Amino acid sequence: MKITLNNRPESFDKEQLSVAELLEIKNYTFKMLVIKVNGKLVKKNDYDSVQIKNGDDVSVLHLVSGG
Amino acid sequence: MNFAEIKSKLKNYTVGIAGAGGLGSNCAIALARVGVGKIIIADFDVVNETNLNRQYFFRDQLGQKKVAALKENIKRINPEVEIITHDIKLTEDNIVNIYKDCNVLVEAFDLAEMKKMLVETFISELPDMPVVLGLGMAGFGKSNLIKFRQSENLYICGDEESEVSENNPPLAPRVGIVANMQANTVLEILLK
Repeated sequence: MKITLNNRPESFDKEQLSVAELLEIKNYTFKMLVIKVNGKLVKKNDYDSVQIKNGDDVSVLHLVSGG
Repeated sequence: MNFAEIKSKLKNYTVGIAGAGGLGSNCAIALARVGVGKIIIADFDVVNETNLNRQYFFRDQLGQKKVAALKENIKRINPEVEIITHDIKLTEDNIVNIYKDCNVLVEAFDLAEMKKMLVETFISELPDMPVVLGLGMAGFGKSNLIKFRQSENLYICGDEESEVSENNPPLAPRVGIVANMQANTVLEILLK
């Protein structure tokens, strides 16, 4: 499948991936993440159940301290 | 657009600033200088000696509430700006109500979990609000890593990686760059 990840095109061998699987493949191991799939917020409890499919627009924001 | 035209447009807008620390104080000053009509600022903290390495406060303001001290400093620069202050700790239960009438909201917290709270609350409850985030500005140097990107209604300023720690403190130059980048983004949103 092909998706858009943080405004960039990305291809994966699988037909679909859970949010948790995507984070593992992309090595996003940070704790403070905000994830949107097609503009909709995905909460941490839903990382295993929400599936990412061909054509989806995924945004992963890593929040770092400082200000 | 000449400055008179810019000022007359900005006069009609309200900008929210969540936090009056390094990002919030410097961003508010920049917006006040160019003449944003109304600024709504919330913070619960007092000015501390350790803040003076980056935050827009003065030594004789130590111990004062940050929102009160910042209002005073803004008024000394541009008394025409209307300043609404909230001496309060922002939470997911009060943040939408405080900022819902703003045209743009500037995220100016220090802690990542507060930034996360703000982003998640606004995506869920007020997704049309443009939110300008400051993400990643600890340390010094590496000016070229500081960047800007937009993701729908989120506008992200910073290097997105430099986390504050004991040996990577937030300092005036890089915090100021990001705070002014946030103010610059606010102008771009309001004047487009």
